[in-house]
Amino acid sequence: MTGLLNMTGIVKEFPGVRALDGVDLDVRAGEVHCLLGQNGAGKSTLIRVLTGAHQPDAGMIRINDEPVQLNSPTAAIQRGIAAIYQELDLVPELTVAENIFLGHEPSRYGFSRTHEANTKARAILQGLGHAEIPVHRTVGSLPAAGQQVVSMARALSREARLIVMDEPSAVLDPEEVSNLFRVIRSLTDSGVAVVYISHRLEEIREIGDRVTVLKDGATVATGLDARRTPTKELIQLMTGRSIEYVFPPRNEVPDTAPVVLEVVDLSRPGEFAGIGFGVRAGEILGLAGLVGSGRSEVLETVYGARRAATGFVRVNGAVLRPGRVQDAVKAGVGLAPEERKSQALLLDEAVFKNITVSTLGRFASSGFLNNRAEREAAGKLALALDVRPPGVDHPVRNLSGGNQQKVVLARWLLRDCRVLLLDEPTRGVDVGARSEIYALIRELASNGVAIVLVSSEVPEVLGLSDRVVVLREGRAVHTGPAQEIDEHQVLDLVMEGSA
Amino acid sequence: MSEDIATEEDGTTPSKQDTVTQPARPRSSRDLLRSGFGRNLGLVVALVLLCVVGVATAGDTFATGANVLTILRLAAVIGVVSVGMTFVITGGGIDLSVGAMVALASVWATTLATQQLAADYHWVFMVTTALVVGAACGLVNGLLVAYGKIVPFVATLAMLASARGLAEIISDRKTQIITVNSFTDFFGGSLIGVPVLIWIFLLVAAAGWVLLNRTTFGRRTFAVGGNAEAARLAGIKVQRHTVALYVLAGLCCGIAAVMLMARTTTGSSTHGQLYELDAIAAVVIGGTLLSGGRGTIGGTVFGVLIFTTLNNVFTLNNLSISAQSVAKGAIIVIAVLLQQRLARRSTGS
Ligand SMILES: Nc1ncnc2c1ncn2[C@@H]1O[C@H](COP(=O)(O)OP(=O)(O)OP(=O)(O)O)[C@@H](O)[C@H]1O
Ligand SMILES: [Mg+2]
Repeated sequence: MTGLLNMTGIVKEFPGVRALDGVDLDVRAGEVHCLLGQNGAGKSTLIRVLTGAHQPDAGMIRINDEPVQLNSPTAAIQRGIAAIYQELDLVPELTVAENIFLGHEPSRYGFSRTHEANTKARAILQGLGHAEIPVHRTVGSLPAAGQQVVSMARALSREARLIVMDEPSAVLDPEEVSNLFRVIRSLTDSGVAVVYISHRLEEIREIGDRVTVLKDGATVATGLDARRTPTKELIQLMTGRSIEYVFPPRNEVPDTAPVVLEVVDLSRPGEFAGIGFGVRAGEILGLAGLVGSGRSEVLETVYGARRAATGFVRVNGAVLRPGRVQDAVKAGVGLAPEERKSQALLLDEAVFKNITVSTLGRFASSGFLNNRAEREAAGKLALALDVRPPGVDHPVRNLSGGNQQKVVLARWLLRDCRVLLLDEPTRGVDVGARSEIYALIRELASNGVAIVLVSSEVPEVLGLSDRVVVLREGRAVHTGPAQEIDEHQVLDLVMEGSA
Repeated sequence: MSEDIATEEDGTTPSKQDTVTQPARPRSSRDLLRSGFGRNLGLVVALVLLCVVGVATAGDTFATGANVLTILRLAAVIGVVSVGMTFVITGGGIDLSVGAMVALASVWATTLATQQLAADYHWVFMVTTALVVGAACGLVNGLLVAYGKIVPFVATLAMLASARGLAEIISDRKTQIITVNSFTDFFGGSLIGVPVLIWIFLLVAAAGWVLLNRTTFGRRTFAVGGNAEAARLAGIKVQRHTVALYVLAGLCCGIAAVMLMARTTTGSSTHGQLYELDAIAAVVIGGTLLSGGRGTIGGTVFGVLIFTTLNNVFTLNNLSISAQSVAKGAIIVIAVLLQQRLARRSTGS
């Protein structure tokens, strides 16, 4: 193994924030180098410096011991650096194949060779275990996980020496993650280096070779053994404190507690069929299943964003008209959607405005907004969720990926819902903030809210919920108390028949 | 097109577990409707309807070969401008200065000095002047937008004002008559029974279609308009590309200026009045997304034909220009509403 990339003393300042303050990173050929750090630690910024998307204010980058200046994405690409960015960087109107080869389309005399691009794209997708993605479909019409796969395919389509992956697994389910790992291994076997970012420590243990830890824009540890360094030490390095990674204790939900949300025989052809469950006040129901098993679709149908073909939803005994979001909202149902970035954030607005936007009525009297009350309420939640940098007046655009997630989650937590549907509430959120979020969700439940939780992470579903429904291919294959089933059983259930 | 169909069949092997997408649906008439052809179908219907109205109200004059050529000759000039506009809008910009660029190019190409040169040597000098002036204005637009970071609306608004002003200064607000007969003879003439102006329009439209749909340049135009940041990260030189788009629009204005000079045998600072609105309207009803990322040359051509035919039908029936404007406005709204519905259906859900 030889030193491929060496970054020293990298500094990057944004107006008012020093995002990177002397970061060192060295990556060897053929290794998987993991970057760890809390939300806002500077991981994505470092990656963008490496790929030429940001210009560093100070510091030195060497590739194969040769100092280089990466002053544009093109320069980085020419040096063999490819990246999967945290924010999906696809063009929604173009097709899958066109996106994969964007910037280096197969062409002759300037004429693009569509057929060749399609064939090559298909081969790459096949390698990723996703031969079913049609290469001439527009990317905007793919679900989030499909888009992530296209993003990965794009990075692979460049014959790169170093591939950076910024939280590639956030929208993937376990099977897809193992696909990804298989691809990573074959890359590293051929000498390609991978820089891997994830908030899931299990992944780092499985795929990583060495770890660099960032904290507040500086390298606090480097060259750690990815497999043997104790979790406690990693968390201590990242957060500067020791956090117990535990789920809050469950409440006793009495049998007399009213069933707030009742879902009866809900179906949508091609998505899911015969889904039924009830959630009592104070109860957390978890929906486990693979991406595409119909989890998110069920939530959206309960909310009325999709129209049920058969079956109905009852809240406090009253039936909601199918396909009517207003009905659901009036009945006190809230949905924190999966695709938060595109569906939910006002990127140029301040954090507090994003948090209060769906509860404005509470902060207004005769139409005039009480900004102070807004800031106060938003500030409390932002503090509880550990949004960094602290304060609620920054535009959301300048927050790191994980912190943006926290902001949207805060919005839904602020709303007084009787039924709260949470789709992937902790996606991209760091270990420290996760426990805060778990505690908040549990606290809402103790206040009598009925909660439905969807997550790709089985331990999260099992640890947080009272009861679980396991979905496979749009059908409930198991329903029961969360304590009576373990991770392996759930994984067996969701994968059954697909292996 | 045929390529796409071929790949669709051998392509998608049915997967064991379709986690990410629905399987590719078989091609049905609905799929056909959703394709580019379907989007243009509405425009074809609109055009046919207009023709029916034309025949019904002014049959004897409307449905003559001469009148069809008149419509096409009128459509040719604005059509060429609109092809350029399609590129700029698809790439996420807008160009308000097209009419002014046409005026300036026509004036510059018909100054006494240029005409003298043309008379002494060849009319090519007039054409080159017009093209260079158009492209140069486009270059300024592009530089202001891409490197000056001025929003396209403002940058080209400034160009609109100054280019027309410059045209007035050069021409001293006088109409400049073209005396170079070889020029008017060539561009006023016909080839195989079809006027040269119409040939030029056809050529520009065909070249535009190929450039947009079959080349890496076109592909990158969609990318830049659809998601500029993604394009930049993919290593596309977004700024340079943007400049190229405005130069292309300027070049089209230069060509349009030559055509207008031939049709009117004059160069004038009043040429191309309100072309920007006509071109944008044609592009938009053609199905190009004003926010960028989606564009079609075929749609633009139909858009231009629809407006010109409308003009013609109204003129033949001696209806006022004002009534025409009202009809135009209505067509724009209806067309865009229809397109949005089609677009929603084609994105599934
Ligand atoms: N364009 C910007 N303008 C101002 N501040 C920014 C900008 N981009 C990032 N920052 C700040 O820089 C810091 C580092 O952000 P970065 O996105 O690198 O974090 P991260 O480690 O990737 O976090 P996450 O795990 O949440 O993705 C954050 O405090 C963020 O608010
Ligand atoms: Mg990040």
